[in-house]
Amino acid sequence: MAKRSLSRTILPTLLTYLGLAVGLVFAGFPILWMFFTSLKSNTEIFALPPRLLPNDFTNVAYLSIFNDPAKVRFFLNSYLVAGVVTLLTLLITILTAYGFSRYSFRFKNTLNVFIISTQTVPPITLLIPYFGMVVAFGIFNTYFALILTYMVFTLPYAILLMTGYLNTLPRELDEAVLVDGGSSWTALWRVIIPLSVPGIVATAVYTFLLAWNEFLFALTLTKSMDMRTVPIGIELLMGQHAFEWNEMMAMSVLGSLPLLLLYLIAQRYFLAGMAAGSVKS
Amino acid sequence: MLSYKTRKRLVAYFYVAPATFLFCLLMLFPMITVLRYSLMDGAITKKDTAFVGLQNYVTIFKDPVFWQSVGHTLYFTVMSVIFHLLIGLAFALLLNSQRVDPLIRSILRVLYILPWLFTAVIIAIIWRLLLDPNGVINSILMTLHIINFKVEWFSSTKTALHALTFANIWAGYPLYMVSLLAGLQGIPKDLYEAAGIDGANEFQKFRYITIPQLMPIIISIALLDFIWTMQVFPLVWMTTGGGPIYSTEVLSTYTYKLAFSSYEFSRASASAIVILMISMGATYFYIKHQKAR
Repeated sequence: MAKRSLSRTILPTLLTYLGLAVGLVFAGFPILWMFFTSLKSNTEIFALPPRLLPNDFTNVAYLSIFNDPAKVRFFLNSYLVAGVVTLLTLLITILTAYGFSRYSFRFKNTLNVFIISTQTVPPITLLIPYFGMVVAFGIFNTYFALILTYMVFTLPYAILLMTGYLNTLPRELDEAVLVDGGSSWTALWRVIIPLSVPGIVATAVYTFLLAWNEFLFALTLTKSMDMRTVPIGIELLMGQHAFEWNEMMAMSVLGSLPLLLLYLIAQRYFLAGMAAGSVKS
Repeated sequence: MLSYKTRKRLVAYFYVAPATFLFCLLMLFPMITVLRYSLMDGAITKKDTAFVGLQNYVTIFKDPVFWQSVGHTLYFTVMSVIFHLLIGLAFALLLNSQRVDPLIRSILRVLYILPWLFTAVIIAIIWRLLLDPNGVINSILMTLHIINFKVEWFSSTKTALHALTFANIWAGYPLYMVSLLAGLQGIPKDLYEAAGIDGANEFQKFRYITIPQLMPIIISIALLDFIWTMQVFPLVWMTTGGGPIYSTEVLSTYTYKLAFSSYEFSRASASAIVILMISMGATYFYIKHQKAR
């Protein structure tokens, strides 16, 4: 009897914890390795036998980034572009989602299918005409080119996420404002937006993440060093002085930091939003 | 004076107008442009271009590297989707297990998603560091006597595509995990209770309740993942750049090089249209599936 209960309860529990531990190593080890490599001196990085923790913690890699205005500029560019993209996306998304969730109109279904299918259009397909367009508009190598083109892939998911969120808010809430003689605009700003903060946060984090991580358009639609964003900066660093691994890892840590912080702060909203997006949309 | 109904309809258009305008500017117009480019010769580079019909398509279809890229893309995508699903499902099941302390579950749930937050460029250089011939993975494998020489994971034609696929698998499972976890939590408990009364064992419950209940989510996410993975560019660009000797060339790097290394924008457009067609095919099923739910 004791043996039976052992195999029935303790063993599965042990196996579950073992599985979780394997999962943790799989997910976390590369990230930890990146982090601690950024704190090693370059000579220590491929030392044998390999050690996760540095013998001597050094911030030399971080200092060399902070002391190089060109590298600091990559970060400023990324913050600026991702920040503006997030604000604009939120503004347009809130309007669109409100239109979708509160009204029915002709072409609504067409527009909806169009937005869903936009999510799946290959960036490389858009890249070639964008290159032509951006050169023709005279906005090659500007923030404006990046901000404008990023909207094409931040908007679809943001709109789907936000519409899904607004659909969960009862219509009676904003209809009350309309009955009292207020406009739908008032209803949107006074009632809907304050109630949608979790949805807005999830959308903002997701949008910022997409814009911060974007590579292909940033690579192709900008040219000069003072327009480059963090992902391109890392690529250039890799090409230039190929194997300054500690500096590349420091750059990667700094380049992931805003996303990690946003995620940790907003993960409750974010996970709910992500799950809702995939389960319900 | 407009009627209430007309006004209400106009208000709706006011709300959706900015997004509609942007999608026309950033989607509809560029799509027509790229299609036009693909049917011309010397798009962007030449002043006087001529209509050449399907000539650019014929040229790329005759290029053996194009077909190699198709093969690599297929391998990379199919393996990624399969392992994303397996790992995502395994993690979701583990995190959903009632045997585990809720606090540990919620901490791990946050940690398991981390790979998904990293940009492709960073994922690429993390794996270049780990898989360096002198790197930690080779050291571990040699200590365990699994290999007996330093493998050049990203620079050998034998291993590069597998190494690349592995890095992509690492980066992509969390979307499945989050979605399947939400799906698992949505399965009614009484289904399992009823099955238990009928004498079903754990495996049968998994096979006949869990999997069918999760199927709609699995199909949605797998289709999206297929479409997105097929288009992956930065990871390939930053790990192998399509090499060595085209051994990791995928459709996106093939197209990019045609456009921005060889300045063959017309041929690149034709190749881009091919990628678009494949993804539109999958999108059709995706939308049909979403509507059916």
